[in-house]
Amino acid sequence: MSRTLSEADSKALLAGHGVPVPDERVVATAKDAGAAATELGFPVVAKLCGDAIAHKTERGLVRLRLGDAAAVEEAAADLLSRATPEDGEVGVLVAPMVQGNRELIAGLHTDPQFGMTVMVGVGGVLAEAVGDVTFRLVPLSRTDAEDMLDDLATSALLGAFRGEAAVQRDKVVDVIVGLAAVAEADPSVISVDLNPLIITADGAPVAVDALVEVAS
Amino acid sequence: MTSSAPSSSAVERFQPMFDPKGVLVAGASTHPGKFGFVALHNILAGGYAGKVFATNREGGEVLGIPCATSVDDLPDGEIDLVFVCTPASANPELLRQCAAKGIRAAFVTSAGYGEAGEEGKQAQDDLVALADELGMVLAGPNGQGLASSPSSLCAQIVAPIPPKGRIGVASQSGNFVSSFMNYAVQTGVGISRAVSAGNAAATGVADYLDFYADDPETAVGLAYVEGIADGRAFAERMRSVAERRPLVLLKGGASSEGQRAAASHTGSLASDDAVFDGMCRQYGISRAATVEEAFEAAASFATQPLPKGPRTVVMTTAGGWGVVTADAIAGTSLELVALPEDLLAAIDEHLPPRWSRNNPVDLAGGETRDTIPTVMELIASHDDVDAIIYLGLGIQSNQARLMREGPYYTDHGIERIVAYHERQDARFAEAAAEISDRTGKPILTATELAVADPDNAGPAAVRASGRLCYASSNRAVTALDHLWRHARWRQRRGL
Repeated sequence: MSRTLSEADSKALLAGHGVPVPDERVVATAKDAGAAATELGFPVVAKLCGDAIAHKTERGLVRLRLGDAAAVEEAAADLLSRATPEDGEVGVLVAPMVQGNRELIAGLHTDPQFGMTVMVGVGGVLAEAVGDVTFRLVPLSRTDAEDMLDDLATSALLGAFRGEAAVQRDKVVDVIVGLAAVAEADPSVISVDLNPLIITADGAPVAVDALVEVAS
Repeated sequence: MTSSAPSSSAVERFQPMFDPKGVLVAGASTHPGKFGFVALHNILAGGYAGKVFATNREGGEVLGIPCATSVDDLPDGEIDLVFVCTPASANPELLRQCAAKGIRAAFVTSAGYGEAGEEGKQAQDDLVALADELGMVLAGPNGQGLASSPSSLCAQIVAPIPPKGRIGVASQSGNFVSSFMNYAVQTGVGISRAVSAGNAAATGVADYLDFYADDPETAVGLAYVEGIADGRAFAERMRSVAERRPLVLLKGGASSEGQRAAASHTGSLASDDAVFDGMCRQYGISRAATVEEAFEAAASFATQPLPKGPRTVVMTTAGGWGVVTADAIAGTSLELVALPEDLLAAIDEHLPPRWSRNNPVDLAGGETRDTIPTVMELIASHDDVDAIIYLGLGIQSNQARLMREGPYYTDHGIERIVAYHERQDARFAEAAAEISDRTGKPILTATELAVADPDNAGPAAVRASGRLCYASSNRAVTALDHLWRHARWRQRRGL
């Protein structure tokens, strides 16, 4: 059996191994959400956050581009009202609205034949339809991780793109190597999803969502 | 497939199987449809240099070889390999007798083992335990046999006898061994060793590949695999092979979706095939999508130097071929390198102004007697070029054939021009091999005449040079892509 970690806990685990995540806050009330947003700077996103909440988008638990404290408080109140008893203890995660035209996906997957694997590819809502991803077995070397970016069919996406800088390949490699390090450090990790891994205008990746699944 | 640890001296372990001083066919038959006849026939027809012995229940002779009715009647210490065509029930006693005569390897072609239900599985386990006890290398059971060209040994129950060469073949499916060997016959790029693992009871594809990786006769491993049981152990062994020799894998079951974990996006993208593919890329294994791609990749590793970089020049005698080849390169790791100024200037000296002046180098029919070898030499010698794909060989010889077979031969000067064209095409093929050898850069020659008219002087001379004549430019591109990706993998890891 397995269980998932909350988005905040997932990100904390991954950040400890060098995966870049936004500076964000988890708060208990709508009022605190507004205060956190003011501190972070607008616009922000607000999401319902809890251990048992795995598929936020499908449940309408993500609010994007909130421009002021009032909008954040209203969104946070609504999110909290949508929590069900099965969700357990929940909070509102407030994070800066990370923007970029390019989205990658990265993750860990335990393959029934080959064991732990790490993946990187083209992300976003079309990730599974596009299927432009590549895998390696864990453990892997930094060279192995660098090779992965050469595998992608849509490698043009990694160059300068629509006024945005070329992807900082080293930083994407850091994410891949960091994911592998998570798996090696904690054998209870079964899978990780970073989707999307947004490429910001300066070409740096940021994991704006993360879901870690561990054996329980 | 077994995943036992490789022997520290695989070469020593497999020597009695692949280079035996004598071979015994157990269960020799007078019936030309039986394995026990075919195996003996193929060993003799293949010109095996060692001594050949046979046993069967009836005695007598098969193909001039006297058959002993018991292994006990055979000489001591003159036989290394027994090729077993007897029924499964007779084999335990047979192996004991063989061991007593100093036989150290058995290829068991008999069926009725692991593929035949619970009883068969038990018989197979017992056979493995017995071989272990006797210190015998056991191949099969239920395999088609092996070929080993250094010993001119063709101990198999299927055709063909492969030409000598440097490709080491191992397969979980015996029929793929035949397929690869048929390509070897067709192309002239030969085989060092080939073996069908059969049920792989004691010795699996990974064990044979491990041997090939240390075998001085073998330059590249070529294997068909399917249904890998312990993926991680298999992967580690393939990695160890690919570090020592290029390794080309063809995998069955690529389309199976396998188990999918629905819980994560990553899991839903992790088809069996995607993970296997990633493993191959990580460990320097050249994975081929089709049988011919697998053979041609292996044949390229066996006969071409590894490129030191991706910069490729396409050299052609006609425009369209070059364009299509450039398109094919666009989807690969290769780079259609822009021609440097000094190379352009050097080629200008040898061609009329209408030549393409870029890559593909289209000679545009401007060639005279020595143009092709001269321009090829200029390109291959340039430091900014890592590889050449050469198109257009054999066109003139194709016309020559038409003339030779036409109603006007030998008059009207036809005889002389036919001979000239054929000499020229042979010369161009020889130049490609010679320049490649001298510069250490791959030069791949592609023409459909390789299959449309293999006797054409061009493709025939490519074969005579020991190299593969690629049946199309896109197949040459695919093969060169395999070479560069493996070379790049080695470079990036300091291997």
